[in-house]
Amino acid sequence: MSAVPVAPLASLDELWFQVSGTLCNLKCEHCFISCSPTNDSFGYLSLDRVMQLLEESIAQGVKEYYFTGGEPFLNRDLVPMVEQVLQVGAVTVLTNGTVLKTDWLKRLRAVDQSSRYSLEFRVSIDGPTPEMNDPIRGERSFERAMQGVSLMCEYNFLPIITMTRTWDEADDEQILGQFREVLKQHGYARPRLKVLPRLKIGAEAQRTAGYNQFERITPQMMEGFDVSQLLCNHSRVATDKGIYVCPILIDSPAARLGETLQESQVDFPLVDGACYTCYQYGSICANPSSKKMEA
Amino acid sequence: MRTKIACFGGIYNNYLAFEAAIEDARLRGAEQLYCLGDLGAFGPYPDRVFPLLIDNNIQTVQGNYDHSIGNALEDCQCGYTDPRDNYFAAISYEYTLENTATKNRDWMKELPVEIRFSWQGKRFLLCHGSPRKTNEFLWESTTSTAFLERLTDDYDADIILATHTGLHWHRELKDDRHFINVGVLGRPENDGTTHVWYTLLTLQSDEQQGVSVDIEFVPVEYDHQRLAREMESENIPQEFIETIRTGWWTTCLEVLPIKERRAGKY
Repeated sequence: MSAVPVAPLASLDELWFQVSGTLCNLKCEHCFISCSPTNDSFGYLSLDRVMQLLEESIAQGVKEYYFTGGEPFLNRDLVPMVEQVLQVGAVTVLTNGTVLKTDWLKRLRAVDQSSRYSLEFRVSIDGPTPEMNDPIRGERSFERAMQGVSLMCEYNFLPIITMTRTWDEADDEQILGQFREVLKQHGYARPRLKVLPRLKIGAEAQRTAGYNQFERITPQMMEGFDVSQLLCNHSRVATDKGIYVCPILIDSPAARLGETLQESQVDFPLVDGACYTCYQYGSICANPSSKKMEA
Repeated sequence: MRTKIACFGGIYNNYLAFEAAIEDARLRGAEQLYCLGDLGAFGPYPDRVFPLLIDNNIQTVQGNYDHSIGNALEDCQCGYTDPRDNYFAAISYEYTLENTATKNRDWMKELPVEIRFSWQGKRFLLCHGSPRKTNEFLWESTTSTAFLERLTDDYDADIILATHTGLHWHRELKDDRHFINVGVLGRPENDGTTHVWYTLLTLQSDEQQGVSVDIEFVPVEYDHQRLAREMESENIPQEFIETIRTGWWTTCLEVLPIKERRAGKY
C-alpha cells in the first residue's frame, strides 16, 4: 500500500459549528452525512458550548465562522448564537430555507445592521425547478425554500443559493442562467449562486455510487499542489461529539481530532474519497469571498 | 520628529488618477511614496504608469497582476469564481499584456512581494493582499480583529498595509497596532461617486507621547471623463467604462461579502 499524504493545519481561519448535528427536517437523497428528522448520531450544540469555543477561537485568531447541520434553524438557540458570534467575526449560516420565521429574521437583520461583520446565508436548492429539486430534497421543498429566499430578501439579505451538481458539468452555465431568472421572478434582484460537486458518501453513496478505490489523493498528486485548496488546511468543525477535521467527514471516526481546538491542530491523513473531491474542486465549502486563491 | 508617507493601492492602468494622487500627496507634504501593486488591468495605455513610478521614486510591491503580466502567465490570478467575471477579467488581461512593453514587464517581474521599514521603532509591512498571500482578499466585513492581531504577531509588524480588494478600510488593533487597506487609484469604490482613494500616514514622535500614527484616507478627483473616452478609443468593455463614469462596479461582484455587495448598485 502506498503512503497516505497528510494535510497540516496551517492556520485556523474558519471555525464551523455543527449546531444541529445530523438532525434536519428534510431527508435529501444526496446528503453526505445522511441527515434526517430521526438521525441523531450527532446532536445539538448548546449555546454555552458555542460561547466556550468562541472564546477559545479568539485566542487562536480565527477569521470567520460558519453554522451548519443538519438544519441549523432547528437549534432553538441559533439566533442567540449568531447574535453572539457576529460580535467577534463574520458568520455564514447554511440552511435549507424551509423553516424560517419572520421573528428570527427580524432579530438577525437587527444584529446584522449593528455589527461590522457580514452575516451570510447559504440556501441549498438543487436546481431552478421543482422537477429538478424535489426528487432529491423532498416534495414541495423547492416551493418552501423559495419562500424562504423571498423572506430573506424582504429583510435585505442576499442569500447565496447553493446547488449540488446532479447534472453534467457542461450544463452549469445554462442552469445557472435559468436559476438567475427564476430568482428574479421571486423578488431576488441580484441573485448570488454557487455550484457544489457531489460528495459520494453518506446517502449519496446509496443514491448513486460511492467513490472508486482509485479516487484518492496520492503522494504524487500533492507535489506542487497548493495545500490551502483543502479545507482541512485552515478549518475545523465543532460537533457535540468533539472537534472534527471538516464538516464533510464527521461520519468517519478517524476525522475526530480532539475535544478542544488546541487538540485538533494535528495533521490529517487524506484517506477519504471526499478528500479527492475537495482536492479536485478546491475549498468547496468556502464562500466565494473567502475562497483560498491558488498560489 | 514628523514625516508623511503616501501609500497608493492598485493603479489598474489609471495613469490619470495616479498623476493626480502623486501631485496631491506631494502638496500635502508626503516625503516618501509607496505603491502596493496591481499596476495593470481595467484602464488604457499600461505603459504610462511606469514613468510615474520610476520618476517619482515610488517603491512598489508586486501585486498578483504584476506577477502575471511580468511572467506572461495565462491569467491575472484574480481568483474570480463567476464565469462572467472571468470573461471580463480575461479581456482586460489580454489587453494589458499586449500593451505592456517588455522592459516594463521585466521590471515588474523583479518587484518584491513585501516592503518592510521601521520608523522610530514602529515596524511597517507593506503587502498586496495579505502578508501571507499576494492574492488573498481581506474584506473589512469578513476579517476578524483576532485574525488581524494574529497576522501582526506572526509577521512581526505593528502596521500592516494592503490593497487588492479595491475598498479602503482601517482596523485599530491592541497595543496600538493597525491594519490598513489603502484603497485603489484604479477605479472608484462602488459608491456612486467617481473619485478614487489613497492613504496618507502622518508619523510623529515626541518624548512625552512616543510614536503616533495618524491615518487619513484621501479622495482623489481626476479627469475621469477623459479616462472613459480613452478607454472607449481602446475598445475596452463598456462595463468597465460605466464604472469609471458612474462609480458603480458592474463586474467582479461575486467575490464580495454581503455587506460590501449591498453597498453597491449591482
